[in-house]
Amino acid sequence: MLSKDQIAQRIAKEVKNGQYINLGIGIPTLVANYIPDDMEVVLQSENGLLGIGPFPKEEDVDPDLINAGKQTISMLKGSVLFDSAESFAMIRGGHVHLTILGAMEVSENGDIANWKIPGKMVKGMGGAMDLVASAENIIVAMQHCSKSGESKLLPKCTLPITGVHCVKKIVTDLAVLEVHPAGGFILKERAPGVSVEDIKSKTSGKLIINGEVPEMVF
Amino acid sequence: MINKTVKDAKAAVADIPSGAMLMMGGFGLSGIPENCISALLDLDINNLTIVSNNAGVDDFGIGLLLKKHMVKKMISSYVGENAEFERQLLQGELEVDLIPQGTLAERVRAGGAGIPAFFTPAGVGTEVAEGKETREFDGKVYLMERALKADFSIIKAWKGDTAGNLIFKGTARNFNPIMAPAGKICIAEVEVLVGVGELDPNEIHCPGIYVQRIFQGKNYEKRIEKRTVSN
Repeated sequence: MLSKDQIAQRIAKEVKNGQYINLGIGIPTLVANYIPDDMEVVLQSENGLLGIGPFPKEEDVDPDLINAGKQTISMLKGSVLFDSAESFAMIRGGHVHLTILGAMEVSENGDIANWKIPGKMVKGMGGAMDLVASAENIIVAMQHCSKSGESKLLPKCTLPITGVHCVKKIVTDLAVLEVHPAGGFILKERAPGVSVEDIKSKTSGKLIINGEVPEMVF
Repeated sequence: MINKTVKDAKAAVADIPSGAMLMMGGFGLSGIPENCISALLDLDINNLTIVSNNAGVDDFGIGLLLKKHMVKKMISSYVGENAEFERQLLQGELEVDLIPQGTLAERVRAGGAGIPAFFTPAGVGTEVAEGKETREFDGKVYLMERALKADFSIIKAWKGDTAGNLIFKGTARNFNPIMAPAGKICIAEVEVLVGVGELDPNEIHCPGIYVQRIFQGKNYEKRIEKRTVSN
């Protein structure tokens, strides 16, 4: 089983040189730590920044400089600031190449639920609905099962959805899976030491297995 | 140049009545109009509708207005940092309209720009789409969303001049400049107020035509929600 950092590390391998990327809160934020130094990518923060830098040194903390998770951050050479309408023009206009975000559930046709638990959690969708409706490539980072052990890869989402037919790839603590255009999770890679049978038993949506499934390489 | 200055926050918000529709700039606690929020707390008004991306935290920002039960309805995209908000909502004391953040930003922008409605892909197939007109363009389905306007938009900038021209700093810009044109009256509080001619016209983010009142705020706390540092 992969740790959260290992999930982030595996997702970082999906990043391509020259991409503009939006990272969601949680595991997706960790992906930034594993992007190779020789790769030129730009991270977008939906509250109005392209070119997110590392967390600042204590003496450089600026309350006027935060990311979408409200954490204090820094800027890089060539960073640019803009307003919220401009930020989402970038997102909806398809200028952000890759979106990596967390999920509570993903269905076998690529629907995602990550914003609401009726009667329990009222937080709001933030920018997630705009992101999933627009990005050309959406990767989900999440645990394979909920804390109570229920599969989060389902035939159909049970929670209110954030977007339809949008997830392309999922990296969990157990596996890398792709969403088949006609429905179903294609098992692409296993986490080290995890068997296909393990993954099968923890995936309640349709699982497609084509021949030998290799172990992930880091 | 037309002089838009008012004495202070108290003078700027004095005529805001109960039941008013307000827009307030800020993302999290960054770029919120702290002085105007304090001045509103001293007014005996309620039933406000507030358009703001977030709802502050329990004891700061819009959270203070919620605590005093001055707010009837919030129109926001994310309200996760405020337990009092969640309590009032689950008890039915507060109405909330949760809107995708990009849709919220564009509805505000459209409201100030004379565009009554637009089509967006955000929310298609979700609860957000319920009751809304959809239309297909080039094989993709979009939702029709209406523009938002307010009686007052209350914003915060870094620098401004007496004519209402504004410059923002860092990610404190966020919703502030787009809310200015969407309010019948825009109140801008700034950290530094200068005379006309002192700002470089090339550097101005928000033209003063949208701003009706401006004052220099004081005692900015600029509270940080999540202080993250590297060694």
